Formats: sequence, structure tokens, C-alpha cells
Amino acid sequence: MSDDFPISAVGLNHWFGTGEARKQAVFDVDVQVARGSLTVLVGPSGSGKTTVLTLLGCLRDVQDGSVQLMGHELHGADGALLTRLRRRLGFIFQAHNLHESLTARQNVIMGLEVHGRLSKARSEDAASHMLRLVGLGDRLDYLPGNLSGGQKQRVAVARALVGNPDVIFADEPTAALDRESGANVVALLKRLGHERGTTTVMVTHDNRILDQADRIITLEDGRIVSDTLNTAPQED
Amino acid sequence: MKRLLHALFGRLPIGWLQLTHSRPRFAAALAGVAFANVLVFVQLGIMNSMATATLKPYEFFRADILISAGDANSMTEGGNVARQWLLQALADPDVVAGTGLFIGNVSWQRPTKTLGLTTYGLDPSQRQFIAPEIAAKTNVLQLQGAGLLDRFSRGLPKDEAASIRPQTPLSFEVSGQTLTLYDTFAGGGGFDGDGYLMVSDQTYLGLFGARSSAAPDHILLQTRPGADVDAVASRLRALISDKTLRIRSYAAAAQEDLSYQQTKRPTGIIFGFGVIIGILVGIVIVYQVLSTDVSDHMREYATFKAMGYSHSFFLGIVLEEALILGILGFVPGIIVGTTILKGMALATTLPLQMTLGMALSVFVGTVIACTLSGAIATRRLVGADPADLF
Repeated sequence: MSDDFPISAVGLNHWFGTGEARKQAVFDVDVQVARGSLTVLVGPSGSGKTTVLTLLGCLRDVQDGSVQLMGHELHGADGALLTRLRRRLGFIFQAHNLHESLTARQNVIMGLEVHGRLSKARSEDAASHMLRLVGLGDRLDYLPGNLSGGQKQRVAVARALVGNPDVIFADEPTAALDRESGANVVALLKRLGHERGTTTVMVTHDNRILDQADRIITLEDGRIVSDTLNTAPQED
Repeated sequence: MKRLLHALFGRLPIGWLQLTHSRPRFAAALAGVAFANVLVFVQLGIMNSMATATLKPYEFFRADILISAGDANSMTEGGNVARQWLLQALADPDVVAGTGLFIGNVSWQRPTKTLGLTTYGLDPSQRQFIAPEIAAKTNVLQLQGAGLLDRFSRGLPKDEAASIRPQTPLSFEVSGQTLTLYDTFAGGGGFDGDGYLMVSDQTYLGLFGARSSAAPDHILLQTRPGADVDAVASRLRALISDKTLRIRSYAAAAQEDLSYQQTKRPTGIIFGFGVIIGILVGIVIVYQVLSTDVSDHMREYATFKAMGYSHSFFLGIVLEEALILGILGFVPGIIVGTTILKGMALATTLPLQMTLGMALSVFVGTVIACTLSGAIATRRLVGADPADLF
């Protein structure tokens, strides 16, 4: 079961704030995501997309309901388990969140070193390769401050993918990208899905991506209002 | 440095890259750590100088046991001791020799300044009670009115001190008596007087007409080689009829004097507070530097946490930064600290100096304070969801 559906949430509720200000942001979400698929979460802003994404991706404690990630229950999971699971995930954040003091390549190496010690040459080679895949082969030693928004976004993509994650969570990964780089990133994610069975869950507003998705889940006011399989997704 | 840190931590030297990313901020952080170091160095230097100055006169003499009056909290304080107890002490088979030590203050009126000299009077023929470097010069003390002067006395020009030799002695008047300085020895100003003066017991009694040869200030005793000094002292406490006397080993007397100066005298207490305040302010500065750095990078740390880095990784970064700041801040800190202490020593002739112990303890203390500050600052990461920190 967990092999075919690495992500499975049942009866997921979430609240923000405490006391009077406590406000429910996610209502009774049930979702299962198939291995190797590209699932897109859409919805107006404030609909709870990002909250659901961070709940599924071990970035927020599950308050109510159950989330099974790669066969592990996240509700009540301890810090050590969360840390172990996070290492098998790739996260592409809305704000790219690169480390300003590290070069593009060093930022990508951080995605590798989390798995343990590697020789300097090997990790540099792997990071350089990944950066070339996202079209930044000529920017390896640039600091984020000297890269454009789109380039930073692509470094973040490379950092998320370099560790061969089982599941990729992406929050508006193409927002800062031009049409061509955006398409390249999505194509890359799809290819990983086909070749390695990497599962991707993505929050986006980008209509160009919707055509590529295997499945589109729409949220409104914290509830799933539609869940459609894209029966004939365009081939890359 | 980068390569060394890489090898040491087995990962990218993030702490180093992070600290050196902005030069002005790095400089400010180092200045902060260096300043904290200087602060503690100066306070420790002042406190240590008090210890050095207090123990200094004990180095002039050689004894195993000291008999003092009951109220003699320090070498210069308290009443005197009847000579008869010396004779009683000599009855103990382990006590081989004894002599009386007289102490007083002599004012040397000089054209520009009056020097207060702490004056010691004892029998110059009893050389075994005097430190060898002084004992070598005590022959002249047999002359009535002869003295040996501390050549490091405060307010005494160096060339004038150097000119005092047996061939060219220097005389001055004290309470109607002529005192002639034939030679000098290495003392050094303390907190009580400007310097030291060594005379014979006969000269001393001439200078201080009210004192009697039957009642010196302390009695110095020497024990048979190999004797258990503390056991002899406790035997003497039982043997000597005057139970108000303080009979201690010479080493214990020096230590008790020091702890009296540090904990009972106002100057000592103030210096102790100075050290405590210096350390506290130093810790606050270092904490400020480290916690600012951690909060500046909270977003990046949260990203690393989201990627699966455990808390020990962040503690590693903090330790790395603590070492970098501790080492690189220490260098200017010790240079400035030593310079300030030297300047103060010149101005006061107090024995203010940088010692290896001070340097080591300040360095280790800085690294520990940096590490703990950083560790406390990273605690925010432990409980928080990474998603809330972006």
C-alpha cells in the first residue's frame, strides 16, 4: 500500500492561532497520492494549499487526523523520525531560501551532505551535474546575491533534486521562472517520476503546469472541492 | 582556515562562510569578542596583581613556621609576639632555628615625593632566614644605620636606584637618625607601601625607639629537614602557653594573608567584583554577537531543518563560529589587554601582567561562552515547525 501510495492523509484538520484567535485552516482532507505521479494543488490564496503541502511534507506537526508518509505515521511522530523522513524528501520553496553565504554549488551540496560524509570531489561533481541539468552550468560559483530570481529558483530546484528524493514537495516552483525554464523544470520533475518513480506534489497557479499534471486537486476554504485525474496528460 | 574547518567538521565550513560573508559585520563581531577579552584581562590583571603584591614580602624570607599575634591578619597588621615564645618553640626537637622579624613603616622625604617604605628588621647574621639573593648583600647591614632598598620602589627613578651601591651609598634622615642605603634588591610596590627596606634588628630598634628587642612582630622558625611542618605547628600550638598566638606553617600564613586581602579588605572585594562584572559583561557581549548571528540566519537554518538536518548540525555550526570568533577575537584581545596592563603597571608600579593562566582561562572561557550563547540561540529551532520560520 505505502509502496503504491507514498502519501496518504485521512481526516486531516489543522488550526492556526490559540484561544479566541484560533482559526481552522484545513477541514477534513482525505487524499492519497500515487507513486511516480505529478499532483497539483490549486485554489485561491488562503485556501490552505500550502498548509496541506507542509503538513504532508513533515514541515508542520499534524494536529488532527492521520498522515502516512512512505509508510510512517506523522501524527505524533518524534523529531528523530521526522528528521529521517525529511532526508528522503526534496523541497522547493516559494521563497527560494538559499543560504546567502554559500555559492550556488555549495547550496546544492547542502542537499547532499545531509545524507552523510561524501568526498569533496564527489559531492562537487554531483552538485555541478545537477546545476547543469537546470541550466546553470556557468553559474556554479556565484553567490545567490549575484543571481537573478529565476536562477535562484533553479538552484533551489537543483538542491531539492540532488539527493534523489522519493517525494518532492514544491510550492510555486515556477513562479519566478520564464516560460522556457518553467517548462524545463516541470519536464525534469516528470522525467524523474517516470524514470525513478519520484512522486511530486506541487502548489501552483501556473496554468502551463496544469496541462502537465497527472492529477489536479482544488482546495477552497481548507476543503477539497474537486479532485480530477488528467486522463490524457500531454507527453513531454 | 576554510580547508582546516572543512577537514575538522567533515562538511562545508558554513560557520566560516556565514561569518565572513559580510566583512564589516565580521569585524564588528571580532571587535566585540576582543573587547570582552580585554575587559576580563584588565580585571583579572588587577586582581592577580593584588595576589602577587601580597605574596611578594613572603619571598624575602625563608621559614617553615610563622608565629604571629592573634590579630595579625596580614604580615603588616597586628600586635607583636614576646621573644620568650621563641625560646619555648626551640624546645621542640624538630625546630632547629628561630629568629624575630620586626616590621615598621619608614617615610623617606624626597624632594618631589615622600616614599612609604615597609621596613623589615632582622638579625643579619641569621642568613638562613633571608632569601639567598638578599642574603648575599646583608653583610653591610651589620653597620648601624645601614639599609638595603627595594630598587623597584614607586617614585624612585631607575638610574637613581642603579646608583645605590656599596661604593656610592645614599643617606637620608629618618626621625633624627641617618639611614644609609648601601645596596638594592628586587621588590616591587604593593598596595600598602611604595617599596621595601631591609635593615638589621639593631638599626630597626634605633629607628623605632618605642619598640623592644623582646617583642618582634613575627617569629620565624625553621624545622629539621624532612619534618612534617604542619605536625610541628600543631605541636607548638599545644606547647606554647600563649593560646592567643597564631602558629601556622609559613605557606599557610601566606595563603591566609592572601585570602584575607581578597575577601575581607575592601580593595580585594572590589577587585573581586570587578572580575565578576567584567566576566558578566563579557558574556553579555559574546551572547549578543552569537545570538544576533543565529537570528540573522534563522530562515536559512529552518531550510536546513526542513531538508533533514538534525539539531547537532546546528550546534556544530555554532561551535565552529565560537571557535573562529574565540581564536580570531583573542589575538587582538590579548595584544590590547597586555598593552593596557603594561601601561597600568608603568603608571602604578603594581605588578600588573599578563599570565599564561589568564590567557588560557580567558580563551577557553570565551569559546565556552560563545558556544553556549549560540546553543541557547538555536534552541528556538528545536520546537518550531520549519514552515513557521521561513
